[in-house]
Amino acid sequence: MRYLPLTDADRRLMLERIGADSVDAFYENVPEEARLKGLLDLPAHQGEMAVEAAIGAMASRNLSPAEAPCFLGAGAYRHHVPASVDHLIQRSEFLTSYTPYQPEISQGTLQYLFEFQTQVAAITGMEVANASMYDGATATAEAVLMAHRIGRRRSRSVVSGGLHPHYREVVRTTVQYSGVDVDFCPLDESGDEDLIAAIGEDTACVVVQNPDVFGRVRDLTALADACHAAGALLVVAVGEVVSLGLMTPPGEMGADIVVAEGQSLGVPLSFGGPYVGLMATRKKYIRQLPGRLCGVTTDMEGRRSFVLTLSAREQHIRREKATSNICTNSGLCALAFCIHLTLLGEEGFARLARINHARAMTLAGKLAAIDGVEVLNDTYFNEFTLRLSRPAEAVVEELAERGILGGVPLVRLDPAADAGLLLVAATETVSDEDMDRLSAALKEVLA
Amino acid sequence: MSVLKFSEDHEWVAVEGDIATVGISEYAQSQLGDIVFVELPEVGKQLAQGDEAAVVESVKAASEVYTPVSGEVTEVNTELEDNAALVNESPMIKGWFFKMRLSDPKELEGLMDESAYEAYVEGLD
Amino acid sequence: MSAKQTLMGHRGLDREEKLIFEMGAEGRSGVDLPATELNEDCLGAAGRRGRIGLPGLSEPQVVRHFVRLSRKNYAIDNGFYPLGSCTMKHNPRLNEKLARLPGLGDLHPLQPQSTVQGALELIDVLAHWLKTITGMPAVAMSPAAGAHGELCGVMAIRAAHEAAGETRSTILVPESAHGTNPATAAMCGFKVVAIPATDQGLVDLSAFEALLNDDVAGMMLTNPNTCGLFEPDIKRMADMLHEAGGYFYCDGANLNAILGRTRPGDLGVDAMHINLHKTFSTPHGGGGPGSGPVVFSEALAPFAPVPWVVCEGEGVYRLIEHVNGEADKSFGRLKSFHGQMGMFIRALAYMMSHGADGLRQVAEDAVLNANYILANLKDVMSQAFPGTCMHEALFTDEFLKGTGVTTLDIAKALIDEGIHPMTVYFPLVVHGAMLIEPTETETREELDEFIAIMRHLVERAKAGDEQMFHDAPELTPRRRLDETAAARKPVLTYAELEAAQ
Repeated sequence: MRYLPLTDADRRLMLERIGADSVDAFYENVPEEARLKGLLDLPAHQGEMAVEAAIGAMASRNLSPAEAPCFLGAGAYRHHVPASVDHLIQRSEFLTSYTPYQPEISQGTLQYLFEFQTQVAAITGMEVANASMYDGATATAEAVLMAHRIGRRRSRSVVSGGLHPHYREVVRTTVQYSGVDVDFCPLDESGDEDLIAAIGEDTACVVVQNPDVFGRVRDLTALADACHAAGALLVVAVGEVVSLGLMTPPGEMGADIVVAEGQSLGVPLSFGGPYVGLMATRKKYIRQLPGRLCGVTTDMEGRRSFVLTLSAREQHIRREKATSNICTNSGLCALAFCIHLTLLGEEGFARLARINHARAMTLAGKLAAIDGVEVLNDTYFNEFTLRLSRPAEAVVEELAERGILGGVPLVRLDPAADAGLLLVAATETVSDEDMDRLSAALKEVLA
Repeated sequence: MSVLKFSEDHEWVAVEGDIATVGISEYAQSQLGDIVFVELPEVGKQLAQGDEAAVVESVKAASEVYTPVSGEVTEVNTELEDNAALVNESPMIKGWFFKMRLSDPKELEGLMDESAYEAYVEGLD
Repeated sequence: MSAKQTLMGHRGLDREEKLIFEMGAEGRSGVDLPATELNEDCLGAAGRRGRIGLPGLSEPQVVRHFVRLSRKNYAIDNGFYPLGSCTMKHNPRLNEKLARLPGLGDLHPLQPQSTVQGALELIDVLAHWLKTITGMPAVAMSPAAGAHGELCGVMAIRAAHEAAGETRSTILVPESAHGTNPATAAMCGFKVVAIPATDQGLVDLSAFEALLNDDVAGMMLTNPNTCGLFEPDIKRMADMLHEAGGYFYCDGANLNAILGRTRPGDLGVDAMHINLHKTFSTPHGGGGPGSGPVVFSEALAPFAPVPWVVCEGEGVYRLIEHVNGEADKSFGRLKSFHGQMGMFIRALAYMMSHGADGLRQVAEDAVLNANYILANLKDVMSQAFPGTCMHEALFTDEFLKGTGVTTLDIAKALIDEGIHPMTVYFPLVVHGAMLIEPTETETREELDEFIAIMRHLVERAKAGDEQMFHDAPELTPRRRLDETAAARKPVLTYAELEAAQ
């Protein structure tokens, strides 16, 4: 076995040193009836070539978005990732290190976490950010729990019907036994829900997504003001982090907690994970922020150094009173995010966002001209909603048969949604030719 | 006349009239090490003897502070919010945690006086 | 070490590295993107008005920056990493390659299911391996990490009780448990009651029995436990718990010790998370991402979270994504999309590489290595509990009494000796804990070197070399840090750092 360095001679010598006849001696505490006598009913070990062939065969059964024009979004976006990102995150010292609990030999990880926190705070317009969560949806659920720790006497929260249904379900699931009541507004297809009217004196927070799941973008300032007037917090979820290159950051609109899915920067689609959740807030709430935090200090020679801090909030110290049970986060994806955003810089990030928006505007123009297609959005960033004259799921299947990944039917996310609704996204990876192929195919399919 | 008493959980309580001031002992602060944060109760909160009233955090630990007597919280030491180190520097004076209006002065009788507490601490090592 | 001063503070290969925010310049960028002008936009009133404040760096600067940072990290790829409870084993590079294959690494999670049959097959095959290894009938694949898996398991327990019309409010957790266990139980609205341990480092069976009543929803137990011991009464405890109407959640952090030797399903377990990033070698990545699938007994399986994959005949797979129809008892959804696919690919490649024979060898070698360390150190250090151990050896700081040297000092001195410290001060049930988990991917020569270093350090501690320990580490990019200052006045972003200066 190529990964197991002990030889039989080693094993004999070691057993001798220990004074045991065989390794069976170490398993004597295992109840007799539970000891496995033979091998598990699984194949025997295989060399690299065989494993590569087996998994390669599975990969070949999938339609890669590299081979098909791809207009999928709904919380995961296909962006171009500079080659140096993947090269750098595969550096052994990043890839194969543990959580930086020994800061003297983890300054590399700690410094990039500090840079990451700074970047996240900057693009969201907030004061502080943590060192990452699992993904945008779990970060949203944690934000609701955090808002209830801050507003301790308030028992309810309000979740917008524009929140991605997966996020909504993760919130519902995560808080269901925590004593927090959440009012979920119905899926807001029309875009005219009145969240301000839903705020009560018992409201701990209002959760809204921007751009929302339909792709609409909004100025949330009035909502933030209404929340604050009632003593509630505004939680803003961002599903497409590239939008922050072109939009007013949620912090400037008055958000108290901003969560986001960071996948778009640096992280491959990878069929849904692992991704990276971003979480930012105001400095005054840091004691209630879940997850790891990296801070600045000095070492005993007075040199600037980085270290995990405020850990007394966390499960390994606070146990049942911790702010969250989170331990492992998404460190390496946070690194990929940090490197990609560093490569982009101020100008590159803004350009990337403008290209995405321009691509989407071009696409919306082309698709709106097709019979049986209605573009629902007045506003959007790089994704918008179509109402089709036929059920979107069938349309998407027929587009796939033509080698086009045409969008995400809303019913895929929420079975209660209008079957005709289709989410379509256009990033910098979509060419004019891709758009023309989609337009032509959609014309055929809807005809 | 003022009374100073200690609990087995290493809180001290100093009583003047019906107002009790609560903090943690010299021994407690030395065991905790550098204190980095103190979470204080809300003014107006009713606490019963033994209730969790505050939390002290050091770098690697967090400990609950239990109220040695019952009553209503009337004031908290807001200086600790910005300067938790006061608890290390001056646990018995500047590092007090909160004041409360005693609801049952008899509870004091069950607590240790200074010399009994000193003997108690010596027995711990 | 040489105290030679250099102009910039660099020390040969170890460079003092600025923050990216201190090296940017206007007009520099690490990407070439066209400057698209927007004559009009569809952003309503939500368009950005001001600058963000991100620095501009070219690609060579960015590459150099992160390469330099990487050199300040210890990693399993450059040395022994015996961090107890964390299973820091070798991370095969084949797995990295396969996770990046076109058709896997670039798949969108919401492609039509007809276009991702191979991906669903991979999830189903991995699920089969996990169920077979654990002897459990079902598995929920979506949890993102161990603690997320705990949430999944404990939620299923609560959902099962509620479905049966029961309201039980207590979860039993041993004092030696990982902090995630009580934190998870609390997130699910349970009261945590501690199970006392015996002086042998095992659950106190009679105390456990006394705690059982009709308010107990379940117990969370790590097995092998965090003291590195297999709980001999585990099956009896499971039976007693079931008799009392509770469910058994097993923290699977230590699965590496028992692969192919015993199965949790034969020990009465109802739910257990599997840390793919520990047992099945997906890289820890400086703290994540992980993946924590949860295997379930028949009793809890109906309550598992969506989504899951069903095989509908030869090579045909379907995702169940919503809580309705055949998933109507599911307690909900824990994560967007379908789980940590990138970790699934790596873990499956790892398992297929080892096979049934190799996985058993993994456990046996991991346990053998830990016992070898124990046998070679127990005469000079203080073994926490008598007997042999499973895949990690636990020591207390008893042997340091009177030396002025602490567990933390030993850890820091190990760093100077070129080794990542063991887990220290965990579990909490022994004083000054040192928990050593060598894993199976170390050579005997590496273990011998570690043993020699540990014996040397013990000797120096006992010889009164206290100052050397307090000064350690000295040979690292940084010496000991002022963690108190970091926590008293938290500076968490560059903007705060600038403001503070």
